[in-house]
Amino acid sequence: MAQPEAQIRVITAESDRGHSLWSDAWHRLRRNRLAFAGGIFLVVLSVLCAAGPLFSQAYEAQNLDLGATPPSAQHWLGTDVLGRDLFARILYGGRISLTVGLVATFVALTIGVTYGAVSGYVGGKLDAVMMRIVDILYALPFAIFVILLMVFFGRNIFLLFIAIGAVEWLTMARIVRGQVMSIKRMEYIEAARALGLGRRRIIFRHVIPNVLGPVIVYTTLTIPAVMLLEAFLSFLGLGVQAPMSSWGVLIQDGAEKMEEFWWLLVFPGTLFSLTLFSLNFLGDGLRDALDVRASKD
Amino acid sequence: MALLAGCAKTVPTPEAAGQVPAPHRPQVYRFGNGFEPQDLDPQIVQGIPELHLIEALFEGLLTEDPKDLHPTPGLASSWEISPDGLVYTFHLRENLHWSDGSPITTDDFLLSWKRMISPKLASEYAYLIYNFVKGAKDYYDAKITDFSQVGLKAPDDHTLQVTLLSPTPYLLKIIANHYVWHPLPIKTVLKFGALDERSTQWTQAGNLVSSGPFMLKEWTPQKRIVVVRNPYYWDASSVKLDEIDFFPTEDLPAEERMFRDDQLDRTQEIPVDKINSYRKNHPELLHIDPWLGVYFYRCNVTRPPLNDKRVRKALALAIDRESLIRDVTRANERPAYAVSVPDDSGYTPRAQITGTLADARRLLAEAGYPDGKGMPPIELLYNTQSNHREIAEAIQEMWRTKLGVNIDLLNEEWKVYLESQHTHNYQMERAGWIADYEDPHVFLEIWETNNGNNDTLWSNPEYDRLLHEALRAKDDAIRYEIYQKMDAILVDECPVIPIFYYTRAYLMSPKVKGSWPNLLDNHPFKSIYLDD
Amino acid sequence: MIRFVIQRLLQTIPVIWVIITATFFMLRWVPGGPFTAERAVTPEIMRNLEAHYGLDRPLYRQYLDYVGSVLRGDLGPSFKYPTRTVNEIIAEKLPVSVELGLLSLGVALCIGLPLGVLAAVKRNTWIDYVCSSFAMVGICVPTFVMGPLLILAFAIHLGWVNASGWYGPIDRVLPSLVLGSVYAAYVARLTRGGMLEVLSQDFIRTARAKGASETRVILKHALRGGLSPVVSFLGPAIAGIVTGSFVIEKIFQIPGIGREFVNSAFNRDYTLVLGTVLLYAGFLIALNLVVDVVLVWLNPKLKFE
Repeated sequence: MAQPEAQIRVITAESDRGHSLWSDAWHRLRRNRLAFAGGIFLVVLSVLCAAGPLFSQAYEAQNLDLGATPPSAQHWLGTDVLGRDLFARILYGGRISLTVGLVATFVALTIGVTYGAVSGYVGGKLDAVMMRIVDILYALPFAIFVILLMVFFGRNIFLLFIAIGAVEWLTMARIVRGQVMSIKRMEYIEAARALGLGRRRIIFRHVIPNVLGPVIVYTTLTIPAVMLLEAFLSFLGLGVQAPMSSWGVLIQDGAEKMEEFWWLLVFPGTLFSLTLFSLNFLGDGLRDALDVRASKD
Repeated sequence: MALLAGCAKTVPTPEAAGQVPAPHRPQVYRFGNGFEPQDLDPQIVQGIPELHLIEALFEGLLTEDPKDLHPTPGLASSWEISPDGLVYTFHLRENLHWSDGSPITTDDFLLSWKRMISPKLASEYAYLIYNFVKGAKDYYDAKITDFSQVGLKAPDDHTLQVTLLSPTPYLLKIIANHYVWHPLPIKTVLKFGALDERSTQWTQAGNLVSSGPFMLKEWTPQKRIVVVRNPYYWDASSVKLDEIDFFPTEDLPAEERMFRDDQLDRTQEIPVDKINSYRKNHPELLHIDPWLGVYFYRCNVTRPPLNDKRVRKALALAIDRESLIRDVTRANERPAYAVSVPDDSGYTPRAQITGTLADARRLLAEAGYPDGKGMPPIELLYNTQSNHREIAEAIQEMWRTKLGVNIDLLNEEWKVYLESQHTHNYQMERAGWIADYEDPHVFLEIWETNNGNNDTLWSNPEYDRLLHEALRAKDDAIRYEIYQKMDAILVDECPVIPIFYYTRAYLMSPKVKGSWPNLLDNHPFKSIYLDD
Repeated sequence: MIRFVIQRLLQTIPVIWVIITATFFMLRWVPGGPFTAERAVTPEIMRNLEAHYGLDRPLYRQYLDYVGSVLRGDLGPSFKYPTRTVNEIIAEKLPVSVELGLLSLGVALCIGLPLGVLAAVKRNTWIDYVCSSFAMVGICVPTFVMGPLLILAFAIHLGWVNASGWYGPIDRVLPSLVLGSVYAAYVARLTRGGMLEVLSQDFIRTARAKGASETRVILKHALRGGLSPVVSFLGPAIAGIVTGSFVIEKIFQIPGIGREFVNSAFNRDYTLVLGTVLLYAGFLIALNLVVDVVLVWLNPKLKFE
């Protein structure tokens, strides 16, 4: 059965895209209170972490006599084994984790979505080759790959993004491919083809926006995974060096000491969870806001 | 809830030696043993988990006193040393048997030693024979192929004779404390391959035949290894345990939970953060024993600024070891101001790194870096582990606040870290050295020029000369005095910065008796019993 | 479809070949080898060690010999555990990981799918928020935190289970819960996302307009399309879960193959690394094939290409 509405939507969305789609989306997002709250939280957190050094104590100032102490007036979130202020360390660690989380995920997102969309849309032999390459990259041993990277390129933070991006884009590509394959036979895509639009245009203007749903969801799931992966990469020596830390390392460390010094786990862990929840609600809100086909009933 | 066979409620036994207890239920000792052992062949393995298993299964000519580790009779009941110190004669006991009933013969010894120095076997510890025995190195290098030209002989059925290249005052300690000289069941070994064939199946459960207090019953990888009492052991009557279950415990927090859940009677180690709470709440479970090892920072003496011994000495002086031990490592370690470790054989290094902070600052200024200004960057390498990181962070801060010296920390994964060390691709690195046998030689020989374990590129001809002079010393008293001089050189030049002497911290149930702490953390299982 | 499957199986051959070759050479280029140890090995002994393991032969020879033995089904002896072959190690440990993996998968699906569907259907109501939040516990609380916490609670304080080990059925409970909860989160969120895409489409409105009950609309019409992101995700996820989780196996001391994936790399146990890589690749390829078949089945508009 023909879908005249969908066809019309395609054409009008194209021409009006400059104004109404995005501001429309922004309005819808604002109205979603949970998502908005999540967004505010993330902004506040980022500002705190960025501005941290201005008002917090030094993250590396030790006090061996003090050792690990629970929250107190001087140290709001307590101190770690070397007597360092945990609040300061969490703020500094947040910079690393949030940056790595967002940037690496963005890298993975860009590569994964493009790759998956092209593979799924074009199909046939190209899809087979592209997906087999994904299979190969999945199977290679990650730890060895990272160590090799460090041997050849040294130890800088960009390498961290590459290493993480190199792993996380794979599943994203597969999910996007699956989605694309299921919508490419949809009538509005056929319509676009019938209109004579080029492949690249169809992929980027029509296909990708319509798979954004699962992409956003998977992205919000990827960011926390990336933060924890960063801790594993720290183990290999890639990333920040002591005495600087990151949430992943703080949480791992705190987990080892959770019975003796509960605050070392609880505070970084809670912040991590809150960030996660915020990301997810924000993501859901974004998805709703950008949904071109959202039923208004 | 499938727990293993618990400990027996036995009638308390008198501690008189040789009395066999009459348990109603078997005495099973559950031992947390760290990593899964690579193999059980004493001539191939090198690790501590393997060491514990070999201690249960095998015995050599000599064993060691459980408390102070001095050599005592094992499979040999007596021995003599020739006046020139070159010929050792060992007299085997009568009626020695392997756990399958076959007799232990001098052939077992000779062929085991031959196997040990066979190049094809590629045993990592082969040097503990070929460095000392006449002709052994030539045999290893295939310069001679006739084993009868090597100084290892059996003049009769109960006598073994070892002829050395030069007097080796610590040979008996090697034989007593270490397993390299242990005899293997040659008939069994030959059933599964050629004599010098590496890694055959002779060590599997059901094949392995042992000479020690226990024999191998079960080996389920990553689950457990079970050894049971060996009735053919010459001293079986003084063995009190019926069974030992060794559990692989790679993860320390998991091991501690196993202990709390009564799945283990003794752990390998304990997570550092738990030490204080056990001290406070359950001191009867916590054991901390001194260990014959030293934790130090190696310096690559070819790279500035560490090429200047004044800088190294200044750094060594500015470490507040007491504070480090009290607040960071927390396991009663002893601060180390010399490289050698004080031991029970009568050696304590007299030379110590002494000086005040003012001295350190002065040395730094003399070297051209007053208050640390103008100093080229130093990078401290350590293998990734939270303890090493915390110690490094604390020391980094100490150097920063007391000397004005800023260093960078770098962690690497274990094998990468070792490669960096062996290829000298580091400036300063964290390291440790644990003794294989109780003799100060162990800590001093490695700093000889070009020794494979030196890795500092430090070379001091006087030091090397003293080392060889010590080997020719007539008795231990003279030898130890030479070692004192060597320690003094190390203290003066500081190619390595000693930080503390290790301890072993572990948990043990109060019902485990007869376990004496010793400096090598060796476990003569035959003196252990369980008493509820 | 048969042609599709056969084509895929044929494609597997070059894929496996590339994986073996890349891994083989990556392992040789990485610093540190199987014998790199704290105690330096003297050069003579090292020469003999390498001779025993054939590491002194030219690299291309070693590579060809290895490929040859793989074709014969022999993955070689382990370097780290020399009395055991890689085949033996895998045969011993894989079943354990598979058991744990399947149980965890069951947990993930039983928790994740209903939560995801419910959240999608009741979008933006408190039911949605509760379900989504509950599902997220698995990612918020990392496994290395959840595991020890549960052990402390249920094994140490309550004494209901063993602190570690893999002895009886009761020992399966905690590990599969912990591992399952992570995947449950992904399953729930992806299901919700996928369902939302489908539920907003016109054919759903049509079905409702035609008078179908809500349940029927969801289960018969929406679920098929809605599950497609989850299915795509599950391909590699199942391959991963079945070949074991390093963290879970370490915390609970489970004798599975998951630990070997990581430990073998750190030990530079060349043959075991290659063996585990091949194992994982095998699962991955098989599961991706199944996923692609299922995707077509879910969406009849797709065709096998």
